[in-house]
Amino acid sequence: MASSNDSISKTIIVAVALCLVCSIFVAGAAVGLKPIQQENRDLDRKRNILAAAQMLQPSESVEEVFATVEKRLVNMEAGRFATDAELQDAGVNVDSYNQQAAAKDPELSTSLKGESDPASIKRRAKFAAVYVVKDENAKARIILPVHGYGLWSTMYGFMALESDLSTVVGFGFYQQAETPGLGGEVDNPNWKALWEGKEVYNEEGEAVIRLAKGSVDSNDPNASHKVDGLSGATLTSRGVTNLVQYWLGSEGFGPFLAELRSEGV
Amino acid sequence: MSEVKKVLFGPILSNNPIALQILGICSALAVTSSMSVSLVMCVALTVVTAFSNLFIAVIRSHIPNSIRIIVQMIIIASLVIVVDQVLKAFAYEISKQLSVFVGLIITNCIVMGRAEAYAMKNGPAMSFLDGIGNGLGYSAMLIIVAFFRELLGAGKLLGVPIFETVQNGGWYQPNGLMLLPPSAFFVIGLVIWALRAYKTEQVEEPEFTIAKNSRSQEAL
Repeated sequence: MASSNDSISKTIIVAVALCLVCSIFVAGAAVGLKPIQQENRDLDRKRNILAAAQMLQPSESVEEVFATVEKRLVNMEAGRFATDAELQDAGVNVDSYNQQAAAKDPELSTSLKGESDPASIKRRAKFAAVYVVKDENAKARIILPVHGYGLWSTMYGFMALESDLSTVVGFGFYQQAETPGLGGEVDNPNWKALWEGKEVYNEEGEAVIRLAKGSVDSNDPNASHKVDGLSGATLTSRGVTNLVQYWLGSEGFGPFLAELRSEGV
Repeated sequence: MSEVKKVLFGPILSNNPIALQILGICSALAVTSSMSVSLVMCVALTVVTAFSNLFIAVIRSHIPNSIRIIVQMIIIASLVIVVDQVLKAFAYEISKQLSVFVGLIITNCIVMGRAEAYAMKNGPAMSFLDGIGNGLGYSAMLIIVAFFRELLGAGKLLGVPIFETVQNGGWYQPNGLMLLPPSAFFVIGLVIWALRAYKTEQVEEPEFTIAKNSRSQEAL
């Protein structure tokens, strides 16, 4: 029997049959479970939005709390909320708008190169989906999506700002694939807690917040603009600094936030 | 019956895959900083080992010798992908914490080792039990390591505070080293020591004897 097993035809038949069976098995599982996984991902995103805004209560359901947050689109080039006419022109629906997908769509995004792309995101969606907190008692006012390249992966996160539109309420990534244990520590709750109360803008209105090398000296006059760097993850730390400065700076949400501040919304 | 017992429970103490065969160390270091994650990893690995053993044993007489490792890998990889998908669907939080380590079950030496050493030579039922048995052996070790690492590193067990830590106004100063992967080496080493002190037949013959210190007057 051993000799017939080792014949070329038997080898090929076994290999092909096995591959067919296994691929059907794997594809079936992936397709069959996709709706549940998608639901989980959406819920996780919502949880992260609320977590950034410090609105997450273990006792309340995520969906319920999320209803107090309003999703609005920002026209990134004009630096203000997108008007209905603009959205209609672009064929965008606010509720179903997916910024991550739009950034890949040539119709809905612009390409960035070299100097104008410090966060290495290559393409930026024309509309950004921000979340405005309606609840008067909540600490956070607005939740901004940010993303940029770390060492291995594009990190996607949310940053929540207080009503002065400069003080950070919370910050966290919901999708990243940095080295677990080093750059992956961007998900560490202790590190994320360091962002609370930091000031994004200096007196001139520039986005100066950055990660320091090592830990921040509390006597440093700029301590409120600095967050401890991640040890052993220089490139991830640099990526975080770049993406935060880019998205909150004059190329990102800077003009939009300045306008919002002057209107006193 | 005694054969079944031996196959099923032998790997826990007398033939532990981690302690005696020193297989599957990498995941034992990586996922043991908390009990809940370890438990999920244990279940995932036990399921994969059991079913890969089962399927390989079923088709063992048809596997051409020249591609047997590839055939085993395909079966193992398919099972691991399915487990990963199931975790993503039903235990999203934990699958995020386990991240790459579920995928790395594919390269876990225990799965491959049992397929090659046992399932290729034995029937499906016994191979299945052998997979469960080795999964249990791996699980026992992981749970012991995770118990000490979580208790000493965070003062908790399964996320429930046992020792009040200093940060929360208690008395316990957590040992940060225990949360880092290298600490698992110490725990595993101590467990192996304890196990070999209890079951002395596991002690290996020294491969060579260390020469006496050569002091200058002896050398002359």
